[in-house]
Amino acid sequence: MSANEELTGAEIVVRCLQEENVEHVFGYPGGAVLYIYDALFNQDRVKHILVRHEQGAVHAADAYSRSSDRIGVCLVTSGPGVTNAVTGIATAYLDSIPMVILTGQVPTHAIGLDAFQECDTVGITRPIVKHNFLVKDVRELAATIRKAFYIARTGRPGPVLVDIPKDVTAKKAVFQYPAEVPMRSYNPVLKGHTGQIKKAVQMILSARRPMIYTGGGVILSDSSRELNELVDMLGFPCTNTLMGLGAYKASDRKFVGMPGMHGTYEANLAMQNCDVLVAIGARFDDRVIGNPADFAKHQRQIIHIDIDPSSISKRVKVDVPIVGDVKEVMIEVIRQIRATDVRPDPRALADWWKQIEEWRSRDCLKYDRSSEKIKPQYVVEKLWEATGGDAFITSDVGQHQMWAAQFYRFDKPRRWINSGGLGTMGVGLPYAMGVQMAHPQATVACITGEASIQMCLQELSTCKQYRLPVKVLNLNNGYLGMVRQWQQIEYGSRYSESYIEALPDFVKLAESYGHIGMQITRPADVEGAIREALSRKDRTVFMDFLTDPAENVWPMVQAGKGLTQMLLGSEEL
Amino acid sequence: MRHIISILLENEAGALSRVAGLFSARGYNIETLTVAPTEDASLSRMTIVTVGSDDVIEQITKHLNRLIEVVKVVDLSEGSHIERELMLVKVRATGKEREEMKRMAEIFRGRVIDVTDKTYTIELTGDVAKLDAFIEAIDRALILETVRTGVSGIGRGERVLKV
Ligand SMILES: Cc1ncc(C[n+]2csc(CCOP(=O)(O)OP(=O)(O)O)c2C)c(N)n1
Repeated sequence: MSANEELTGAEIVVRCLQEENVEHVFGYPGGAVLYIYDALFNQDRVKHILVRHEQGAVHAADAYSRSSDRIGVCLVTSGPGVTNAVTGIATAYLDSIPMVILTGQVPTHAIGLDAFQECDTVGITRPIVKHNFLVKDVRELAATIRKAFYIARTGRPGPVLVDIPKDVTAKKAVFQYPAEVPMRSYNPVLKGHTGQIKKAVQMILSARRPMIYTGGGVILSDSSRELNELVDMLGFPCTNTLMGLGAYKASDRKFVGMPGMHGTYEANLAMQNCDVLVAIGARFDDRVIGNPADFAKHQRQIIHIDIDPSSISKRVKVDVPIVGDVKEVMIEVIRQIRATDVRPDPRALADWWKQIEEWRSRDCLKYDRSSEKIKPQYVVEKLWEATGGDAFITSDVGQHQMWAAQFYRFDKPRRWINSGGLGTMGVGLPYAMGVQMAHPQATVACITGEASIQMCLQELSTCKQYRLPVKVLNLNNGYLGMVRQWQQIEYGSRYSESYIEALPDFVKLAESYGHIGMQITRPADVEGAIREALSRKDRTVFMDFLTDPAENVWPMVQAGKGLTQMLLGSEEL
Repeated sequence: MRHIISILLENEAGALSRVAGLFSARGYNIETLTVAPTEDASLSRMTIVTVGSDDVIEQITKHLNRLIEVVKVVDLSEGSHIERELMLVKVRATGKEREEMKRMAEIFRGRVIDVTDKTYTIELTGDVAKLDAFIEAIDRALILETVRTGVSGIGRGERVLKV
């Protein structure tokens, strides 16, 4: 192709994706994007994955990003294509996941006339994207897509949407992909302030009861290695939030479990009783710190490292804020610690550990192992054993999500894929598809509930088309379990609309999609079933575990309560 | 506390709704908002008057800075500054009130910019307090219509908001 050859907008879109080394696009066609689909048809570098519902496309692209160092891309048509995508976009936004969403729009001359399949895409998605664009001129298309990728992946990442009217995809322009897109209004700070880092290091080294608390930011900035190094050199206890699991290796004694509403007893007590709290890429979310007034009552100094200034002192006042990329800041913290002989008082640290071990000995995650019924925790434990702790695990939202987070011990980052911020039921299966596309050889398991799985169930068909051998573990308790648990604890056991009647026969359902279906009813069969399913390397397997309907997630900090006011079991109700 | 926040942002379609949307989505207060292009047509200058605790104002400036199209943000009320607002008031001006109204406008250094045999339209510029004082000073029953632009602000002396 000569340098000045003109391409159609649709061809430009595809060329941009190629320039960004995009291998997979998750999408669903419709009128407004037909030129783009035509351009996709004429090449084979960018592969398109046809989902069964746009929500699935966005979730899959989201998980593609979460589980890898690449950026998930999805493509949907105007109007209903966009509105179906909204849940997925908001889900990615709340967890700061980089993603590019390309949407078709009615032709520019029809915009604003209530045209067929028109909606104000930029307006609808504005509050749930990092940024969005409407491209009205084909000559701006390439630079805009370049900007979208750049904005999505830099700074605090997030989804970026590019809305492209149909006529723009038909018009022609010279294709030129800019190497850089300087923006005077967008320059994320990467390096932390040296003076602040120095202060933080002094505080860390004089801590007597330290605690390191990290969130999704450590995963997003790929700084798990630095975190492990920091924790190991200091010998400090470490907790990872729901979004941060795997950032520090869970198999190490220094890992005290997850904090928060369903965090461990030892993690929550250490969060409250430490004298120096080092928060890294975490945002003091209400599900993590409980009641902020109660949290603040406990005297401690707080260091907060985050790329987003607006996350700092949003819910909790901090003493040493450091704005910067957590990876770069941690590298500098480690360097400064190495450069000095000062170390935290070993006796104080030993006493602190003694205290933490005492808390740990409460064994807050214990459950009845002699039950005749299948305990959901047991299923997750067996999955962990059978996969050597090395699988990619996606989950939906509910009790099963918490059990997965508590009982599958993640030693590596980007292995635990779930919707933490928005808490979107339905993500589990499309998440598993996205992960499997990014890691074709890996074991990918989706831990779900019989309610959540039905929210994007149609994607079983996509699994069939692309032979995605994901393993679905349905922890079937017959209830909207998490809702039932709240109703039991806070609403006098009045189970209003939390029982799902008329469940399908999941075995037949799976089989009807061409997959393997299994139903497991006895604890003794759990391990065998999981091992058998895992051995079917090239098949999608749906395991329907009939679990104890009365089981609850413990510990639990009720909404609005302080972190130390934990319920540890049903006997406390 | 009342704050005057000045924003330089890209003069692009939709930039205004991003700012307005941010305020409504996060429950921040907008007392007035004005916006227009600057001498550099690619940039708009916006002035927002808002009320909030120091914590809230800190979050507002941080979130404004987070918007991709926002180039710069300052809280003018942090230093010495000037604020001005333009008001147009249409009043009933008949009989002896006709003279009185003209006199009031002069006291407040307003100008009568439109005249009919029954009405005056008075143009008045000043800070919020002055415009409020004018409204208080004249007979309310005579006011037919008021239009206010909202506050525009600028730093004093060498205090400059520029790219
Ligand atoms: C889309 C959506 N709707 C509603 C909810 C509220 N919600 C949270 S957990 C839950 C029940 C989930 O039930 P199930 O998938 O069976 O999981 P379990 O809690 O039983 O493990 C509901 C309804 C939600 N998180 N997402």
